[in-house]
Amino acid sequence: MTFKPVSFTLNGSPKAAFTTDGQNLLEFLRRGVGDLSPKYGCGQGTCGACTVTIDGVPQLACLVLAETVDGRHVATAAGLADGPRLDPLQEAFMERFAAQCGYCTAGMLVAARALLDANPRPTRDEVIEAISGNLCRCTGYEPIIDAILDVAEGRVQA
Amino acid sequence: MAIHRGRGFAAINYPIGMNLGGDPSQALVHSNPDGKFTVALSAIDLGQGMKSVCRQIAAETLGVPVEDVYVDTADSDTGPHDMGSFASRGTHRMGNAVIRASAEAREVMLEAAAEELEVDPGDLVTDGKGNIHVKGAPSRTITVMAAAQAAQFRQGRTIAGRGIFLIPLSEVDADTGEMSPVTTFAHAAMLVTVEVCDETGEVTVTDMQSAYEVGRALNPRLVEQQLRGGAWMGMSHAAWETTEPYYPERDHGPVDFNSYIMPGPGDLAPHHISILERPAEDGPYGGKGPGEMCANPVLPAVVNAVYDAVGVRIDDLPVTPEKVLRGLRALGGAKPRQRL
Repeated sequence: MTFKPVSFTLNGSPKAAFTTDGQNLLEFLRRGVGDLSPKYGCGQGTCGACTVTIDGVPQLACLVLAETVDGRHVATAAGLADGPRLDPLQEAFMERFAAQCGYCTAGMLVAARALLDANPRPTRDEVIEAISGNLCRCTGYEPIIDAILDVAEGRVQA
Repeated sequence: MAIHRGRGFAAINYPIGMNLGGDPSQALVHSNPDGKFTVALSAIDLGQGMKSVCRQIAAETLGVPVEDVYVDTADSDTGPHDMGSFASRGTHRMGNAVIRASAEAREVMLEAAAEELEVDPGDLVTDGKGNIHVKGAPSRTITVMAAAQAAQFRQGRTIAGRGIFLIPLSEVDADTGEMSPVTTFAHAAMLVTVEVCDETGEVTVTDMQSAYEVGRALNPRLVEQQLRGGAWMGMSHAAWETTEPYYPERDHGPVDFNSYIMPGPGDLAPHHISILERPAEDGPYGGKGPGEMCANPVLPAVVNAVYDAVGVRIDDLPVTPEKVLRGLRALGGAKPRQRL
């Protein structure tokens, strides 16, 4: 087994850690770097619980080789809050009761943040499209869609 | 090809808890060094909000602010005995156990305060803000924290309480078959509208109108959240999900989320929910438990709606396009029961 150094930024801070051959980004972030916010759901790209952004684009961390993020910007749900100040999406998710068991929440938040960064005023259909790769078993999706629209339409302030 | 619309109705009585060897839950409540309280439970919060509800119930019974109560469900090895989080029993069983444990702890708390204030504990009231005072004389007062510290350092008293709630096992009468397996029922009624395509057999739920009777809604936002999410799961079980499409044959069973089909955020039907409150006599502050009942009425309502739309009576869930098409073929085409 060979170890490869990976230097990248995680939520704006420079990070460096070793990865091994074939290790995926999810395992690298959770075990190598210690960011537990991306969740392991299916491990094969069908549930969305491990969603992170790489250079601003949402990706499924379980399907990305860790070594490919060298020199790139990775963002996870752990970087959404600024100290005690939550991201408006986090406020809206709480306000709308958009989480029950919480396992999908981190991936949903990252997918929603990537959507709003690229398209600050999405339609309901665009919100649905943006989270269509993220499975939720508890909420029936409606509170999640409503929470994202609350932020997009200015009903929740930072 | 035509799209047929149909409406289906279902109403359910839903029993809270179970009857397998009795159905007990235990709770332990004690004061902490800072004058706040911990409730120890072994039943787990799966996201349904049990911790929040037990926290509210404990605070209400103790007479302290809800912020001053911590619910610990850490470990079923070291916690009090509980049957667990299932059968929609959480609010009802654990809630009742929490009331009893909190009432016992409150009694000791008032005895400790009474000794400090040199009054009779029966004359004391709590203000729900962390203070205990003499009824009618708010100036004769002591904080809960001061009472807890006096109990610890001067009086040698433990401010703690034990609670158990047990529905005893109901045996079946050998002659009549009579038994009382449950003490509390929740209720629900659901009206759904579906569209059935007679060429593809696809069923789309387009509207859901429901009324759920949940006793007292102890935390209305949590109740609504549970009903909304649970009804989605009911819709999913009615028309989408199965691990065994050709049971007992294992062929074509799903092996991952690509083939285990569930409705996504683009497949939602508008759902109008009415929550009816009729406090249960033996419920904690009247509460029952929405629990599994959220999903149950959706399934028969969808099946009835499909029957209404095309005349096909399906008795095997989920209502897949294949079953609808086989039914249509047997009928010789769609036979709508009414024009909508």
